[in-house]
Amino acid sequence: MIRQNPSAPALSVAALRKSFGGRTVLDDVTLDVAAGSVLALLGPNGAGKTTMVRILATLLSPDGGRAQVAGHDVVTEPDGVRAAIGVTGQLSAVDDLLTGRENLVLVADLLHLGRVEGRRRAAELLDRFDLAAAADTRVATWSGGTRRRLDLAMTMVGRPQVVFLDEPTTGLDPRSRRALWAVVRELVAEGTTVLLTTHYLEEADQLADRIAVLDGGRIVAEGTAAELKRLVPGGHLRLRFADAGVLAAAAACFPTAVRDEETLSLRVPGDAGTGVLRAVLDRLEAAAIDVAELSVHTPDLDDVFLALTGTANREVATS
Amino acid sequence: MSTAIPTLPPTRTVGRTLADSATMLRRNLRHALRYPAMTASSVLVPVIILLLFVGVLGDTLRAGLGTRASGGGYIGYVTPGIVLISVAASCVATSVAVCVDVTGGIVDRFRTMPIARSAVLTGHVLGSVIQTAVSLVLVTAVAVLLGFRPAGNPLRWLGAVGLLLLLAFALTWLAVLIGLSSRNPESASNTPLIIQLLPFVSSAFVPADAMPAGVRWFAEYQPFTELIEATRALLLGTAVGHHVVASVAWCLVIALAGFLGSRAVFGRPRAA
Repeated sequence: MIRQNPSAPALSVAALRKSFGGRTVLDDVTLDVAAGSVLALLGPNGAGKTTMVRILATLLSPDGGRAQVAGHDVVTEPDGVRAAIGVTGQLSAVDDLLTGRENLVLVADLLHLGRVEGRRRAAELLDRFDLAAAADTRVATWSGGTRRRLDLAMTMVGRPQVVFLDEPTTGLDPRSRRALWAVVRELVAEGTTVLLTTHYLEEADQLADRIAVLDGGRIVAEGTAAELKRLVPGGHLRLRFADAGVLAAAAACFPTAVRDEETLSLRVPGDAGTGVLRAVLDRLEAAAIDVAELSVHTPDLDDVFLALTGTANREVATS
Repeated sequence: MSTAIPTLPPTRTVGRTLADSATMLRRNLRHALRYPAMTASSVLVPVIILLLFVGVLGDTLRAGLGTRASGGGYIGYVTPGIVLISVAASCVATSVAVCVDVTGGIVDRFRTMPIARSAVLTGHVLGSVIQTAVSLVLVTAVAVLLGFRPAGNPLRWLGAVGLLLLLAFALTWLAVLIGLSSRNPESASNTPLIIQLLPFVSSAFVPADAMPAGVRWFAEYQPFTELIEATRALLLGTAVGHHVVASVAWCLVIALAGFLGSRAVFGRPRAA
Protein backbone atom coordinates (compact mmCIF):
# COMPACT_ATOMS: atom_id res chain seq x y z
CA MET A 1 0.00 0.00 0.00
CA ILE A 2 1.45 3.33 -1.07
CA ARG A 3 1.40 6.15 1.39
CA GLN A 4 0.59 9.36 -0.40
CA ASN A 5 2.46 12.59 -0.12
CA PRO A 6 1.30 13.88 3.26
CA SER A 7 1.01 17.42 1.95
CA ALA A 8 -1.73 16.40 -0.48
CA PRO A 9 -4.95 15.83 1.44
CA ALA A 10 -6.65 12.53 0.66
CA LEU A 11 -9.93 14.25 1.23
CA SER A 12 -10.74 17.87 0.69
CA VAL A 13 -14.10 19.49 1.27
CA ALA A 14 -14.79 23.18 0.74
CA ALA A 15 -17.98 25.11 1.51
CA LEU A 16 -20.08 21.99 1.06
CA ARG A 17 -23.83 22.49 1.29
CA LYS A 18 -26.78 20.13 1.11
CA SER A 19 -30.42 20.48 2.02
CA PHE A 20 -33.37 18.15 1.77
CA GLY A 21 -36.68 19.83 1.00
CA GLY A 22 -35.69 23.16 2.54
CA ARG A 23 -34.05 21.61 5.60
CA THR A 24 -30.35 22.41 5.63
CA VAL A 25 -28.35 19.32 6.49
CA LEU A 26 -24.85 20.51 5.62
CA ASP A 27 -24.15 24.20 5.95
CA ASP A 28 -20.85 25.43 4.53
CA VAL A 29 -18.65 22.55 5.66
CA THR A 30 -14.93 22.86 5.00
CA LEU A 31 -12.59 20.05 5.95
CA ASP A 32 -9.28 18.49 4.94
CA VAL A 33 -8.06 15.03 5.84
CA ALA A 34 -4.36 14.29 5.42
CA ALA A 35 -3.44 11.11 3.58
CA GLY A 36 -2.90 8.21 5.93
CA SER A 37 -4.70 9.81 8.86
CA VAL A 38 -7.99 9.14 10.62
CA LEU A 39 -10.59 11.85 11.00
CA ALA A 40 -13.56 11.20 13.24
CA LEU A 41 -16.67 13.11 12.38
CA LEU A 42 -18.42 13.37 15.69
CA GLY A 43 -21.94 14.59 16.17
CA PRO A 44 -25.38 13.79 17.53
CA ASN A 45 -27.98 12.01 15.42
CA GLY A 46 -29.15 14.24 12.60
CA ALA A 47 -26.00 16.37 12.60
CA GLY A 48 -25.34 15.58 8.93
CA LYS A 49 -22.62 12.93 9.35
CA THR A 50 -24.20 10.33 7.10
CA THR A 51 -25.13 12.92 4.45
CA MET A 52 -21.50 14.01 4.40
CA VAL A 53 -20.29 10.43 3.88
CA ARG A 54 -22.91 9.80 1.19
CA ILE A 55 -21.78 12.88 -0.74
CA LEU A 56 -18.11 11.89 -0.48
CA ALA A 57 -18.98 8.33 -1.53
CA THR A 58 -20.79 9.65 -4.67
CA LEU A 59 -24.18 8.42 -3.44
CA LEU A 60 -25.59 11.94 -3.17
CA SER A 61 -24.73 15.11 -5.04
CA PRO A 62 -24.05 18.30 -3.09
CA ASP A 63 -26.11 21.48 -3.58
CA GLY A 64 -23.01 23.65 -3.44
CA GLY A 65 -19.33 23.66 -2.65
CA ARG A 66 -16.65 21.24 -3.73
CA ALA A 67 -15.48 17.85 -2.53
CA GLN A 68 -12.45 15.91 -3.70
CA VAL A 69 -11.47 12.39 -2.75
CA ALA A 70 -7.99 11.12 -3.69
CA GLY A 71 -7.73 14.03 -6.09
CA HIS A 72 -11.00 13.36 -7.89
CA ASP A 73 -14.04 15.61 -7.78
CA VAL A 74 -17.08 13.73 -6.48
CA VAL A 75 -19.42 15.39 -8.98
CA THR A 76 -17.38 15.48 -12.17
CA GLU A 77 -15.23 12.35 -11.71
CA PRO A 78 -17.36 9.93 -9.69
CA ASP A 79 -15.74 6.87 -11.29
CA GLY A 80 -12.31 8.10 -10.22
CA VAL A 81 -13.59 8.53 -6.67
CA ARG A 82 -15.23 5.09 -6.70
CA ALA A 83 -12.00 3.44 -7.78
CA ALA A 84 -10.22 4.96 -4.78
CA ILE A 85 -12.71 4.45 -1.97
CA GLY A 86 -14.29 1.78 0.20
CA VAL A 87 -17.49 2.39 2.15
CA THR A 88 -18.94 0.60 5.14
CA GLY A 89 -22.26 2.15 5.99
CA GLN A 90 -24.82 1.85 8.74
CA LEU A 91 -26.84 -0.59 6.71
CA SER A 92 -25.16 -3.92 6.42
CA ALA A 93 -23.97 -4.11 2.81
CA VAL A 94 -23.55 -7.86 2.70
CA ASP A 95 -25.51 -10.46 0.76
CA ASP A 96 -27.36 -12.56 3.34
CA LEU A 97 -28.10 -15.36 0.93
CA LEU A 98 -24.47 -15.99 0.05
CA THR A 99 -21.66 -17.33 2.23
CA GLY A 100 -18.92 -15.08 3.54
CA ARG A 101 -16.46 -16.32 0.95
CA GLU A 102 -18.98 -15.87 -1.89
CA ASN A 103 -19.60 -12.29 -0.75
CA LEU A 104 -15.89 -11.50 -0.99
CA VAL A 105 -15.51 -13.26 -4.34
CA LEU A 106 -18.53 -11.30 -5.64
CA VAL A 107 -16.78 -8.03 -4.83
CA ALA A 108 -13.50 -9.32 -6.29
CA ASP A 109 -15.31 -10.28 -9.51
CA LEU A 110 -16.90 -6.85 -9.76
CA LEU A 111 -13.44 -5.33 -9.36
CA HIS A 112 -12.15 -7.65 -12.12
CA LEU A 113 -9.37 -9.05 -9.99
CA GLY A 114 -9.44 -12.28 -11.97
CA ARG A 115 -10.62 -15.68 -10.81
CA VAL A 116 -7.44 -16.88 -9.10
CA GLU A 117 -6.45 -13.57 -7.57
CA GLY A 118 -10.05 -12.93 -6.43
CA ARG A 119 -10.19 -16.24 -4.58
CA ARG A 120 -6.77 -15.68 -3.07
CA ARG A 121 -7.74 -12.21 -1.88
CA ALA A 122 -11.00 -13.55 -0.41
CA ALA A 123 -9.15 -16.24 1.55
CA GLU A 124 -6.61 -13.70 2.77
CA LEU A 125 -9.30 -11.31 4.01
CA LEU A 126 -11.30 -14.11 5.67
CA ASP A 127 -8.18 -14.97 7.60
CA ARG A 128 -7.28 -11.45 8.44
CA PHE A 129 -10.75 -10.44 9.64
CA ASP A 130 -11.05 -13.62 11.68
CA LEU A 131 -13.87 -14.97 9.54
CA ALA A 132 -12.28 -18.21 8.38
CA ALA A 133 -14.32 -20.45 10.70
CA ALA A 134 -17.65 -19.18 9.35
CA ALA A 135 -16.42 -18.56 5.79
CA ASP A 136 -18.57 -21.15 4.06
CA THR A 137 -21.81 -20.69 5.97
CA ARG A 138 -24.62 -18.38 4.94
CA VAL A 139 -24.24 -14.82 6.22
CA ALA A 140 -27.92 -14.75 7.26
CA THR A 141 -27.00 -16.95 10.24
CA TRP A 142 -24.11 -14.73 11.41
CA SER A 143 -24.03 -12.42 14.44
CA GLY A 144 -23.98 -8.63 14.11
CA GLY A 145 -20.29 -8.26 14.90
CA THR A 146 -19.22 -10.94 12.42
CA ARG A 147 -21.38 -9.43 9.68
CA ARG A 148 -19.83 -6.04 10.31
CA ARG A 149 -16.36 -7.53 10.00
CA LEU A 150 -17.35 -9.14 6.69
CA ASP A 151 -18.79 -5.80 5.58
CA LEU A 152 -15.44 -4.18 6.28
CA ALA A 153 -13.56 -7.04 4.62
CA MET A 154 -15.68 -6.53 1.46
CA THR A 155 -14.80 -2.85 1.59
CA MET A 156 -11.10 -3.76 1.68
CA VAL A 157 -11.06 -6.19 -1.28
CA GLY A 158 -9.99 -3.46 -3.70
CA ARG A 159 -7.32 -2.02 -1.33
CA PRO A 160 -8.95 1.43 -1.24
CA GLN A 161 -6.86 4.51 -0.51
CA VAL A 162 -9.69 6.15 1.40
CA VAL A 163 -12.18 4.29 3.59
CA PHE A 164 -15.43 5.71 4.90
CA LEU A 165 -16.82 4.09 8.03
CA ASP A 166 -20.27 5.38 8.83
CA GLU A 167 -21.00 4.47 12.45
CA PRO A 168 -19.15 1.18 12.06
CA THR A 169 -19.77 -0.09 15.59
CA THR A 170 -23.32 1.09 16.22
CA GLY A 171 -25.29 -1.79 17.71
CA LEU A 172 -22.24 -3.95 18.44
CA ASP A 173 -21.41 -5.40 21.83
CA PRO A 174 -18.21 -4.12 23.54
CA ARG A 175 -16.14 -7.14 22.49
CA SER A 176 -17.11 -6.85 18.81
CA ARG A 177 -16.52 -3.13 18.97
CA ARG A 178 -12.98 -3.64 20.23
CA ALA A 179 -12.32 -6.28 17.57
CA LEU A 180 -13.42 -3.82 14.88
CA TRP A 181 -11.25 -1.07 16.33
CA ALA A 182 -8.24 -3.39 16.10
CA VAL A 183 -9.01 -3.98 12.42
CA VAL A 184 -9.33 -0.26 11.72
CA ARG A 185 -5.99 0.39 13.45
CA GLU A 186 -4.35 -2.16 11.16
CA LEU A 187 -5.73 -0.41 8.07
CA VAL A 188 -4.40 2.88 9.29
CA ALA A 189 -1.00 1.34 9.98
CA GLU A 190 -0.89 0.39 6.30
CA GLY A 191 -1.47 3.96 5.24
CA THR A 192 -5.20 3.93 4.50
CA THR A 193 -6.96 7.24 5.07
CA VAL A 194 -10.08 6.81 7.17
CA LEU A 195 -13.08 9.04 7.66
CA LEU A 196 -15.08 7.69 10.55
CA THR A 197 -18.43 8.94 11.75
CA THR A 198 -19.52 8.09 15.22
CA HIS A 199 -21.46 9.31 18.19
CA TYR A 200 -19.31 7.26 20.51
CA LEU A 201 -16.76 9.60 21.97
CA GLU A 202 -14.59 6.76 23.13
CA GLU A 203 -14.38 5.53 19.55
CA ALA A 204 -13.19 8.90 18.30
CA ASP A 205 -10.70 9.10 21.18
CA GLN A 206 -9.39 5.58 20.44
CA LEU A 207 -9.05 5.76 16.68
CA ALA A 208 -8.86 9.29 15.40
CA ASP A 209 -5.87 11.52 14.76
CA ARG A 210 -8.18 14.48 14.47
CA ILE A 211 -11.79 15.01 15.41
CA ALA A 212 -14.30 17.32 13.77
CA VAL A 213 -17.46 17.99 15.73
CA LEU A 214 -20.46 18.36 13.43
CA ASP A 215 -23.63 19.86 14.82
CA GLY A 216 -26.64 21.12 12.92
CA GLY A 217 -24.76 20.79 9.63
CA ARG A 218 -21.79 22.91 10.71
CA ILE A 219 -18.32 22.04 11.94
CA VAL A 220 -18.34 23.54 15.43
CA ALA A 221 -14.86 22.44 16.45
CA GLU A 222 -11.90 20.61 14.96
CA GLY A 223 -8.64 19.41 16.39
CA THR A 224 -6.90 16.54 18.12
CA ALA A 225 -8.64 14.91 21.07
CA ALA A 226 -6.24 16.73 23.41
CA GLU A 227 -6.97 20.09 21.77
CA LEU A 228 -10.70 19.57 22.04
CA LYS A 229 -10.45 18.57 25.68
CA ARG A 230 -8.69 21.85 26.40
CA LEU A 231 -11.77 23.66 25.12
CA VAL A 232 -13.82 22.61 28.11
CA PRO A 233 -13.34 23.32 31.83
CA GLY A 234 -10.72 21.25 33.62
CA GLY A 235 -10.93 18.23 35.85
CA HIS A 236 -12.15 17.90 39.39
CA LEU A 237 -12.32 15.59 42.38
CA ARG A 238 -15.73 14.52 43.51
CA LEU A 239 -16.17 13.82 47.21
CA ARG A 240 -19.33 12.29 48.61
CA PHE A 241 -20.23 12.38 52.29
CA ALA A 242 -22.44 10.42 54.66
CA ASP A 243 -24.74 13.29 55.68
CA ALA A 244 -25.38 17.00 55.29
CA GLY A 245 -23.45 17.81 58.47
CA VAL A 246 -20.22 16.31 57.23
CA LEU A 247 -20.76 17.92 53.83
CA ALA A 248 -21.06 21.35 55.46
CA ALA A 249 -17.87 20.78 57.48
CA ALA A 250 -15.99 19.69 54.34
CA ALA A 251 -17.29 22.60 52.31
CA ALA A 252 -15.79 24.93 54.90
CA CYS A 253 -12.35 23.39 54.20
CA PHE A 254 -12.58 23.97 50.44
CA PRO A 255 -13.90 27.46 49.69
CA THR A 256 -13.51 27.03 45.90
CA ALA A 257 -15.46 23.77 45.81
CA VAL A 258 -18.95 23.47 44.34
CA ARG A 259 -21.45 21.95 46.76
CA ASP A 260 -24.29 19.66 45.73
CA GLU A 261 -26.73 19.14 48.63
CA GLU A 262 -28.83 16.63 46.77
CA THR A 263 -26.09 14.06 46.22
CA LEU A 264 -24.22 15.15 49.39
CA SER A 265 -21.14 15.78 47.28
CA LEU A 266 -18.49 18.35 46.69
CA ARG A 267 -16.63 19.10 43.46
CA VAL A 268 -13.11 20.26 44.15
CA PRO A 269 -11.42 21.76 41.07
CA GLY A 270 -8.00 20.42 40.11
CA ASP A 271 -6.36 17.88 37.86
CA ALA A 272 -5.80 14.27 38.71
CA GLY A 273 -2.15 14.67 39.78
CA THR A 274 -1.15 12.93 43.02
CA GLY A 275 -0.07 16.28 44.51
CA VAL A 276 -3.59 17.67 44.34
CA LEU A 277 -5.04 14.44 45.62
CA ARG A 278 -2.65 14.31 48.59
CA ALA A 279 -3.34 17.94 49.50
CA VAL A 280 -7.07 17.31 49.50
CA LEU A 281 -6.79 14.15 51.60
CA ASP A 282 -4.41 15.85 54.03
CA ARG A 283 -6.80 18.70 54.54
CA LEU A 284 -9.70 16.29 55.14
CA GLU A 285 -7.65 14.31 57.64
CA ALA A 286 -6.62 17.43 59.49
CA ALA A 287 -10.30 18.33 59.86
CA ALA A 288 -11.14 14.71 60.80
CA ILE A 289 -13.72 14.41 58.04
CA ASP A 290 -14.67 10.99 56.66
CA VAL A 291 -15.24 10.71 52.93
CA ALA A 292 -17.81 8.12 51.84
CA GLU A 293 -16.62 8.05 48.23
CA LEU A 294 -13.95 9.77 46.17
CA SER A 295 -13.64 9.90 42.42
CA VAL A 296 -11.33 11.71 40.00
CA HIS A 297 -12.76 13.32 36.85
CA THR A 298 -10.56 14.35 33.95
CA PRO A 299 -12.27 16.17 31.10
CA ASP A 300 -13.18 13.70 28.40
CA LEU A 301 -14.74 14.00 25.01
CA ASP A 302 -18.13 13.59 26.66
CA ASP A 303 -17.64 17.01 28.24
CA VAL A 304 -16.48 18.41 24.91
CA PHE A 305 -19.41 16.89 23.09
CA LEU A 306 -22.00 18.14 25.54
CA ALA A 307 -20.40 21.58 25.68
CA LEU A 308 -20.15 21.97 21.91
CA THR A 309 -23.33 20.41 20.57
CA GLY A 310 -26.90 21.43 21.08
CA THR A 311 -28.51 24.72 20.15
CA ALA A 312 -28.04 26.35 23.56
CA ASN A 313 -24.28 26.40 23.08
CA ARG A 314 -24.20 27.10 19.36
CA GLU A 315 -23.00 30.69 19.70
CA VAL A 316 -20.19 29.85 22.12
CA ALA A 317 -19.11 26.88 20.10
CA THR A 318 -18.80 28.60 16.74
CA SER A 319 -16.96 31.64 18.08
CA MET B 1 7.36 8.49 -4.68
CA SER B 2 4.88 9.73 -7.20
CA THR B 3 1.56 11.22 -6.22
CA ALA B 4 0.17 10.93 -9.73
CA ILE B 5 -3.27 9.40 -9.87
CA PRO B 6 -3.10 6.04 -11.62
CA THR B 7 -5.10 5.78 -14.81
CA LEU B 8 -8.32 3.99 -14.07
CA PRO B 9 -9.87 1.28 -16.14
CA PRO B 10 -12.85 2.75 -17.96
CA THR B 11 -16.09 1.61 -16.35
CA ARG B 12 -18.45 2.21 -19.21
CA THR B 13 -17.10 -0.08 -21.88
CA VAL B 14 -19.36 -2.74 -23.34
CA GLY B 15 -17.03 -5.53 -22.24
CA ARG B 16 -17.03 -4.32 -18.66
CA THR B 17 -20.81 -3.93 -18.64
CA LEU B 18 -21.24 -7.48 -19.93
CA ALA B 19 -18.76 -8.90 -17.42
CA ASP B 20 -20.43 -7.09 -14.51
CA SER B 21 -23.89 -8.17 -15.70
CA ALA B 22 -22.66 -11.77 -15.84
CA THR B 23 -21.34 -11.47 -12.27
CA MET B 24 -24.70 -10.12 -11.10
CA LEU B 25 -26.53 -12.83 -13.03
CA ARG B 26 -24.43 -15.50 -11.30
CA ARG B 27 -25.33 -13.93 -7.97
CA ASN B 28 -29.06 -13.97 -8.74
CA LEU B 29 -29.05 -17.53 -10.08
CA ARG B 30 -27.18 -18.64 -6.98
CA HIS B 31 -29.91 -17.03 -4.87
CA ALA B 32 -32.55 -18.89 -6.86
CA LEU B 33 -30.79 -22.23 -6.51
CA ARG B 34 -30.17 -21.78 -2.81
CA TYR B 35 -33.67 -20.54 -2.04
CA PRO B 36 -35.91 -22.39 -4.47
CA ALA B 37 -39.06 -21.51 -2.49
CA MET B 38 -39.80 -18.43 -4.60
CA THR B 39 -39.30 -20.28 -7.88
CA ALA B 40 -41.29 -23.23 -6.56
CA SER B 41 -44.29 -21.02 -5.79
CA SER B 42 -44.27 -19.63 -9.32
CA VAL B 43 -44.55 -23.24 -10.53
CA LEU B 44 -46.93 -24.52 -7.86
CA VAL B 45 -49.51 -21.75 -8.12
CA PRO B 46 -50.16 -22.27 -11.86
CA VAL B 47 -50.10 -26.06 -11.43
CA ILE B 48 -52.70 -25.89 -8.65
CA ILE B 49 -54.88 -23.59 -10.75
CA LEU B 50 -54.49 -25.99 -13.67
CA LEU B 51 -55.53 -28.96 -11.54
CA LEU B 52 -58.44 -27.00 -10.11
CA PHE B 53 -59.80 -25.82 -13.44
CA VAL B 54 -59.21 -29.05 -15.33
CA GLY B 55 -60.02 -31.55 -12.59
CA VAL B 56 -62.86 -29.80 -10.77
CA LEU B 57 -64.39 -27.34 -13.21
CA GLY B 58 -63.17 -28.83 -16.48
CA ASP B 59 -66.24 -30.80 -17.55
CA THR B 60 -68.68 -27.97 -16.84
CA LEU B 61 -66.51 -25.37 -18.53
CA ARG B 62 -65.97 -27.55 -21.58
CA ALA B 63 -69.71 -27.93 -21.95
CA GLY B 64 -69.98 -24.13 -21.94
CA LEU B 65 -67.22 -23.72 -24.51
CA GLY B 66 -68.89 -25.93 -27.11
CA THR B 67 -66.78 -26.18 -30.25
CA ARG B 68 -63.97 -23.92 -28.99
CA ALA B 69 -62.58 -26.66 -26.78
CA SER B 70 -59.90 -28.44 -28.77
CA GLY B 71 -56.50 -30.03 -28.24
CA GLY B 72 -57.64 -32.56 -25.67
CA GLY B 73 -60.78 -30.86 -24.37
CA TYR B 74 -60.84 -28.03 -21.81
CA ILE B 75 -57.16 -28.51 -20.98
CA GLY B 76 -56.39 -27.45 -24.54
CA TYR B 77 -58.30 -24.23 -24.02
CA VAL B 78 -56.96 -23.42 -20.56
CA THR B 79 -53.25 -24.39 -20.80
CA PRO B 80 -52.08 -21.30 -22.72
CA GLY B 81 -53.70 -19.15 -20.01
CA ILE B 82 -52.09 -21.18 -17.23
CA VAL B 83 -48.70 -20.84 -18.88
CA LEU B 84 -49.16 -17.07 -18.93
CA ILE B 85 -50.14 -17.11 -15.28
CA SER B 86 -46.85 -18.81 -14.49
CA VAL B 87 -45.01 -15.99 -16.28
CA ALA B 88 -46.97 -13.41 -14.28
CA ALA B 89 -46.37 -15.33 -11.03
CA SER B 90 -42.60 -14.93 -11.42
CA CYS B 91 -42.96 -11.18 -10.99
CA VAL B 92 -43.32 -11.47 -7.23
CA ALA B 93 -39.92 -13.10 -6.76
CA THR B 94 -38.26 -10.47 -8.94
CA SER B 95 -39.73 -7.42 -7.26
CA VAL B 96 -39.05 -8.81 -3.77
CA ALA B 97 -35.43 -9.58 -4.67
CA VAL B 98 -34.89 -6.11 -6.14
CA CYS B 99 -36.51 -4.46 -3.13
CA VAL B 100 -34.40 -6.45 -0.65
CA ASP B 101 -31.32 -5.33 -2.56
CA VAL B 102 -32.10 -1.63 -2.59
CA THR B 103 -33.54 -1.34 0.92
CA GLY B 104 -30.59 -3.24 2.40
CA GLY B 105 -27.11 -1.84 2.00
CA ILE B 106 -25.82 -4.00 -0.83
CA VAL B 107 -26.89 -1.77 -3.72
CA ASP B 108 -25.24 1.19 -2.01
CA ARG B 109 -22.06 -0.86 -1.95
CA PHE B 110 -22.40 -1.54 -5.68
CA ARG B 111 -23.06 2.14 -6.34
CA THR B 112 -19.86 3.16 -4.59
CA MET B 113 -17.81 0.71 -6.66
CA PRO B 114 -16.33 1.43 -10.09
CA ILE B 115 -18.72 -0.94 -11.86
CA ALA B 116 -21.29 -0.62 -14.62
CA ARG B 117 -24.36 0.47 -12.67
CA SER B 118 -26.81 -1.00 -15.13
CA ALA B 119 -25.36 -4.44 -14.31
CA VAL B 120 -27.31 -4.54 -11.04
CA LEU B 121 -30.62 -4.39 -12.90
CA THR B 122 -29.68 -6.40 -15.97
CA GLY B 123 -28.45 -9.17 -13.63
CA HIS B 124 -31.89 -9.27 -12.04
CA VAL B 125 -33.73 -9.18 -15.35
CA LEU B 126 -31.67 -11.94 -16.97
CA GLY B 127 -31.87 -14.08 -13.86
CA SER B 128 -35.64 -13.70 -13.69
CA VAL B 129 -36.16 -14.51 -17.36
CA ILE B 130 -34.12 -17.69 -16.93
CA GLN B 131 -36.11 -18.66 -13.84
CA THR B 132 -39.36 -17.95 -15.66
CA ALA B 133 -38.22 -20.14 -18.56
CA VAL B 134 -37.59 -22.96 -16.10
CA SER B 135 -41.04 -22.65 -14.54
CA LEU B 136 -42.60 -22.46 -18.03
CA VAL B 137 -41.02 -25.79 -18.90
CA LEU B 138 -42.22 -27.36 -15.65
CA VAL B 139 -45.78 -26.04 -15.92
CA THR B 140 -46.03 -27.11 -19.56
CA ALA B 141 -44.72 -30.55 -18.64
CA VAL B 142 -47.49 -30.94 -16.03
CA ALA B 143 -50.08 -29.83 -18.60
CA VAL B 144 -48.79 -32.42 -21.08
CA LEU B 145 -48.97 -35.08 -18.38
CA LEU B 146 -52.59 -34.11 -17.77
CA GLY B 147 -53.41 -34.56 -21.43
CA PHE B 148 -52.49 -31.28 -23.14
CA ARG B 149 -51.49 -31.94 -26.75
CA PRO B 150 -50.35 -28.97 -28.80
CA ALA B 151 -51.32 -29.02 -32.46
CA GLY B 152 -49.76 -27.11 -35.32
CA ASN B 153 -46.07 -27.37 -36.10
CA PRO B 154 -42.90 -26.96 -34.02
CA LEU B 155 -42.14 -23.66 -35.73
CA ARG B 156 -45.34 -22.21 -34.30
CA TRP B 157 -44.50 -23.68 -30.90
CA LEU B 158 -41.15 -21.91 -31.11
CA GLY B 159 -43.10 -18.75 -31.86
CA ALA B 160 -45.16 -19.30 -28.70
CA VAL B 161 -42.00 -19.82 -26.64
CA GLY B 162 -40.52 -16.62 -28.07
CA LEU B 163 -43.67 -14.71 -27.27
CA LEU B 164 -43.73 -16.03 -23.71
CA LEU B 165 -40.08 -15.13 -23.15
CA LEU B 166 -40.76 -11.66 -24.52
CA LEU B 167 -43.63 -11.34 -22.04
CA ALA B 168 -41.35 -12.60 -19.25
CA PHE B 169 -38.79 -9.96 -20.23
CA ALA B 170 -41.43 -7.20 -20.26
CA LEU B 171 -43.08 -8.19 -16.97
CA THR B 172 -39.66 -8.56 -15.33
CA TRP B 173 -38.80 -4.94 -16.10
CA LEU B 174 -42.15 -3.97 -14.63
CA ALA B 175 -41.39 -6.09 -11.55
CA VAL B 176 -37.97 -4.44 -11.24
CA LEU B 177 -39.67 -1.04 -11.29
CA ILE B 178 -42.11 -2.19 -8.58
CA GLY B 179 -39.23 -3.54 -6.49
CA LEU B 180 -37.26 -0.30 -6.84
CA SER B 181 -40.27 1.82 -5.92
CA SER B 182 -41.45 -0.24 -2.94
CA ARG B 183 -40.65 0.91 0.55
CA ASN B 184 -40.23 -2.61 1.90
CA PRO B 185 -40.22 -6.22 0.69
CA GLU B 186 -43.81 -6.73 1.96
CA SER B 187 -45.25 -4.15 -0.41
CA ALA B 188 -42.90 -5.39 -3.13
CA SER B 189 -44.56 -8.77 -2.78
CA ASN B 190 -48.11 -7.42 -2.70
CA THR B 191 -48.11 -5.01 -5.65
CA PRO B 192 -47.34 -7.64 -8.35
CA LEU B 193 -50.53 -9.47 -7.31
CA ILE B 194 -52.34 -7.08 -9.65
CA ILE B 195 -50.30 -8.45 -12.54
CA GLN B 196 -50.96 -11.99 -11.34
CA LEU B 197 -54.71 -11.44 -11.15
CA LEU B 198 -55.03 -9.82 -14.59
CA PRO B 199 -55.09 -13.15 -16.47
CA PHE B 200 -58.20 -14.15 -14.48
CA VAL B 201 -60.12 -11.29 -16.08
CA SER B 202 -59.13 -12.31 -19.58
CA SER B 203 -60.03 -15.09 -21.98
CA ALA B 204 -57.75 -17.49 -20.06
CA PHE B 205 -60.53 -19.63 -18.55
CA VAL B 206 -63.63 -18.71 -20.54
CA PRO B 207 -64.03 -16.58 -23.69
CA ALA B 208 -64.50 -12.87 -23.06
CA ASP B 209 -67.87 -12.86 -24.84
CA ALA B 210 -69.24 -15.04 -22.04
CA MET B 211 -68.72 -12.22 -19.53
CA PRO B 212 -71.04 -9.35 -18.46
CA ALA B 213 -70.71 -6.18 -20.56
CA GLY B 214 -68.27 -4.10 -18.40
CA VAL B 215 -65.98 -7.00 -17.55
CA ARG B 216 -66.09 -8.16 -21.15
CA TRP B 217 -64.94 -4.77 -22.42
CA PHE B 218 -61.99 -4.87 -20.00
CA ALA B 219 -61.17 -8.49 -20.80
CA GLU B 220 -61.21 -7.87 -24.53
CA TYR B 221 -58.81 -4.95 -24.44
CA GLN B 222 -56.33 -5.92 -21.73
CA PRO B 223 -52.92 -7.21 -22.85
CA PHE B 224 -53.25 -10.69 -21.37
CA THR B 225 -56.18 -11.54 -23.63
CA GLU B 226 -54.11 -10.73 -26.72
CA LEU B 227 -51.23 -12.78 -25.39
CA ILE B 228 -53.44 -15.71 -24.43
CA GLU B 229 -55.21 -15.70 -27.80
CA ALA B 230 -51.88 -15.49 -29.62
CA THR B 231 -50.32 -18.30 -27.56
CA ARG B 232 -53.44 -20.42 -27.94
CA ALA B 233 -53.51 -19.94 -31.70
CA LEU B 234 -49.79 -20.75 -31.99
CA LEU B 235 -50.03 -23.88 -29.81
CA LEU B 236 -53.31 -25.21 -31.15
CA GLY B 237 -52.69 -24.39 -34.79
CA THR B 238 -55.62 -22.04 -35.31
CA ALA B 239 -55.52 -18.68 -37.10
CA VAL B 240 -53.40 -16.12 -35.22
CA GLY B 241 -55.14 -13.04 -36.70
CA HIS B 242 -53.82 -9.76 -35.26
CA HIS B 243 -53.11 -11.30 -31.84
CA VAL B 244 -49.38 -11.92 -32.30
CA VAL B 245 -48.68 -8.39 -33.55
CA ALA B 246 -50.78 -6.88 -30.75
CA SER B 247 -49.02 -9.08 -28.17
CA VAL B 248 -45.55 -8.09 -29.33
CA ALA B 249 -46.60 -4.44 -29.27
CA TRP B 250 -47.97 -4.76 -25.73
CA CYS B 251 -44.77 -6.49 -24.56
CA LEU B 252 -42.58 -3.80 -26.08
CA VAL B 253 -44.64 -1.03 -24.48
CA ILE B 254 -44.56 -2.73 -21.05
CA ALA B 255 -40.83 -3.47 -21.31
CA LEU B 256 -40.00 0.06 -22.36
CA ALA B 257 -42.12 1.60 -19.60
CA GLY B 258 -40.58 -0.73 -17.02
CA PHE B 259 -37.06 -0.10 -18.29
CA LEU B 260 -37.35 3.69 -18.45
CA GLY B 261 -39.11 3.84 -15.09
CA SER B 262 -36.51 1.59 -13.47
CA ARG B 263 -33.64 3.56 -14.92
CA ALA B 264 -35.11 6.81 -13.61
CA VAL B 265 -35.79 5.45 -10.12
CA PHE B 266 -32.46 3.63 -9.88
CA GLY B 267 -30.50 6.65 -11.05
CA ARG B 268 -32.15 8.89 -8.47
CA PRO B 269 -30.21 8.85 -5.22
CA ARG B 270 -32.12 7.61 -2.21
CA ALA B 271 -32.12 10.09 0.65
CA ALA B 272 -30.30 8.87 3.72
